[in-house]
Amino acid sequence: MASYTEEELAADLKNQEYKFGFTTDIESEKFPVGLNEDVIRLISAKKDEPEWLLEYRLNAFKIWQEMKEPEWAHVHYTKPEFQEISYFAAPKKQYESWDDVDPEMKATMDKLGISMDEQKKLTGVAVDFVMDSVSVATSFKEKLGELGIIFSSFSEAVQNHPDLVRKHLGTVVPTTDNFYAALNSAVFSDGSFCYIPKGVRCPMELSTYFRINESGTGQFERTLVVADEGSYVSYLEGCTAPQRDENQLHAAVVELIALDDAEIKYSTVQNWFPGDKDGVGGIFNFVTKRGICHTNSKISWTQVETGSAVTWKYPSCILKGDNSIGEFYSVAVTNNYQQADTGTKMIHLGKNTKSTVISKGISAGQSQNSYRGLIQINKNAHNARNFTQCDSLLMSDRCGAHTFPYIECLNNSAKLEHEATTSKIGEDQIFYCQQRGLSEESAIGLIVNGYVKEVLNKLPMEFAVEAQKLLAISLENSVG
Amino acid sequence: MTLVLSEKMDAFLSELDVPSNDIQSNVIERVKGMDFPTTRDEYWKYTRVGKISNTKFTNTSTTSADIDVQSHLISDNYIIIENGKIRSDISQINNDFEVNYTSATAVNHLVNLNDNDVFTALNAGLFDQAITIKIAANQTIEKPLQLVFLSTGERVMANNRILIDSGKSSAAALVVSTISQGANSCFNNTITEVNVAENAHLTIHKIQNESASNLSISTEQVKQAKNSTFKINTFTLTGLLIRNNINIAVAGENCETYMNGAIVSSGKQHVDNHTYVDHQVPNCYSNENYKYVMDDHSNGVFNGRVIVQKDAQVINAYQNNGNILLSDNASINSKPELEIYADDVKCSHGSTTGQLDESALFYLQTRGISLANAKKLLVSAFIGEVIRSTENEAVTQLIERLLQTEYGWDFS
Repeated sequence: MASYTEEELAADLKNQEYKFGFTTDIESEKFPVGLNEDVIRLISAKKDEPEWLLEYRLNAFKIWQEMKEPEWAHVHYTKPEFQEISYFAAPKKQYESWDDVDPEMKATMDKLGISMDEQKKLTGVAVDFVMDSVSVATSFKEKLGELGIIFSSFSEAVQNHPDLVRKHLGTVVPTTDNFYAALNSAVFSDGSFCYIPKGVRCPMELSTYFRINESGTGQFERTLVVADEGSYVSYLEGCTAPQRDENQLHAAVVELIALDDAEIKYSTVQNWFPGDKDGVGGIFNFVTKRGICHTNSKISWTQVETGSAVTWKYPSCILKGDNSIGEFYSVAVTNNYQQADTGTKMIHLGKNTKSTVISKGISAGQSQNSYRGLIQINKNAHNARNFTQCDSLLMSDRCGAHTFPYIECLNNSAKLEHEATTSKIGEDQIFYCQQRGLSEESAIGLIVNGYVKEVLNKLPMEFAVEAQKLLAISLENSVG
Repeated sequence: MTLVLSEKMDAFLSELDVPSNDIQSNVIERVKGMDFPTTRDEYWKYTRVGKISNTKFTNTSTTSADIDVQSHLISDNYIIIENGKIRSDISQINNDFEVNYTSATAVNHLVNLNDNDVFTALNAGLFDQAITIKIAANQTIEKPLQLVFLSTGERVMANNRILIDSGKSSAAALVVSTISQGANSCFNNTITEVNVAENAHLTIHKIQNESASNLSISTEQVKQAKNSTFKINTFTLTGLLIRNNINIAVAGENCETYMNGAIVSSGKQHVDNHTYVDHQVPNCYSNENYKYVMDDHSNGVFNGRVIVQKDAQVINAYQNNGNILLSDNASINSKPELEIYADDVKCSHGSTTGQLDESALFYLQTRGISLANAKKLLVSAFIGEVIRSTENEAVTQLIERLLQTEYGWDFS
């Protein structure tokens, strides 16, 4: 983070349009639009899935058909037409090794700043690169294999470790959980699977880059991370999407399972296309993310949300085991006509469970940014502890910042604190910075960085730098 | 499906007498197509109204002869309302306030009869006489007017309708006491519409001290004009199911709004406070402070909502909710909400839930104070802050005395 200077920030601020808005021209195979049982059978057959998984999908489809789209979130949008989406798109060429990867796709990754070659050598990050539903290349597999760590695309995991997948799939986010989780369970195309064996500390950060590439294709990713007893893993998820004029639906499901004494750190930088200055286009991001903590385990969610036209996302922790810990650190930035309804749920079930929620919202332009959180202390969760802080920063007089916290306490030994503030950047703060020779724009950059630092500090190094850049880009020209 | 629902409403209405006028019978016709809220309604998420909707109430009770409300009176200017019927024979009013009792036909231009909330509509269709209270312009009234809503008998539904109109630059206070005398499973459904004119100062103290089986839903609809100050203090001591809705529209600039609440509950009580402040214009201040002390199997709900509308700049809005759970079986649901559509605002809310500080309890015990007394002392300190914020000695004393009678707590 230290290498990123004010000058660079200023230079970045000059970039007006969506930085990562480009399209990769790769042949891809696409299903006809629409959703019915045949399409699901086709997806399953295409991926050569076992019978039980097909059953799982069909059952989910049945459930989904009877569900209604949720309307309680503080967002307004035209609902996606589910029969006008193509539910499967895969790049046609499959690669045997990294060297076979299409040079054009390599170039795409370069633009995103995740050149694999470089990363292989320098950062030690294994990347499971997902371009439109099918994993293209997976690196460092052998090195991880030596430790017994399984890190592969979801489809591969289904083929190679069906028992593990079957045992854990849908245990944290059941098919019936919500409308989009049911849809995902029915049509999920691919995703990542990660298993850390007992007592193993994963030596590198595991990372997946998501990318929506096919116009009119919904992305339905499925991620399953299982940390066996006493293990540790840090997982990175980041996304950028090319500029499009039509709304694209993204309904992912992420399930984390931390068995006894395990720790999972899950970091996300989300930068889907947010729509243009007039609110045209952009991604609908309706994600279900949840983790379950067994005894003495810990799950930590860190997210930086700058993209998407509409976001609907609540990474949650079920603190089932005694002494388990849940954490949620979030920065959500909305600009122009973006709408975000995001937050977390901490369900305290075990004794001595602890949770921390730090949420920093920044709204600019005409955007609406909501924090919606639930802290639930159940009857037997003795000595539960929660600290919640959600701050909102308003950058224009046309934007909105909202807080909807739900605090439910059924146990009298719990200690719960909730604090929220909403304000704009003080004129005195800007004046002070200007007095020291900073321009107004860099003064605001400085103040915003200070405001979100608490969360960015929780991100792994390489993500923190990117996140900071994204914040600056997202907020450009928003100074009112 | 709809058939079943209307059957439920029909059953509810079966023993209730609708006043014989077109206006109110029309309202009741409309009510027949309505349904009671369920916990699937966001507004009623934590409160079940089954105890109300499954009971057949009556509203044709006779009046009692021996009423003793003396211990609750703190003013010599008071109106007694028994089971929704005004008892002018035992009320005592002087000329400080302009008080009138009017039927629905006479006040239909003043009251909102078209509300879609089922309880508001029930009230509109069933109330006997509305109490209209006027505070003359430029008048400062020292002594508060006290409204005593008394429940007697069994399964009686009282529909109380109050209209308060405070004139320009006036200053006054009202005390609203809800009490019971030999009442069992009675239901108070009270709607108060309040207009606070320019430069006016109005305070309402609500003291809820009903029988342990009584049910109560009360709603205050408040509108503030510019430079006005409105203050409402709610003290909930007893009653089985209590739901208070306070909706305040701040429609004029430079207004101040205060909402305080102290809730002490035990047994199987369920106390639900919903407040809603709508800041429509710039340069206003609102402050909210609700404290709950929950014992036994009681259940508390706090939902504070502040909205700052577009262009309502320079708003300072604060919300605070503190909860103490004294027993293993008590519970609390807190939902402090902020919806902000302007940028030059300072809004914050805080919510804490916990128990009495063990080290403080220990300290007091080392000084020779029994555990029980130490607890009382700490609870008194916690909730006393709200009780003393009434700025009215008589009200503070009354509440302290009632708390002493109900819970044996000493605030002196």
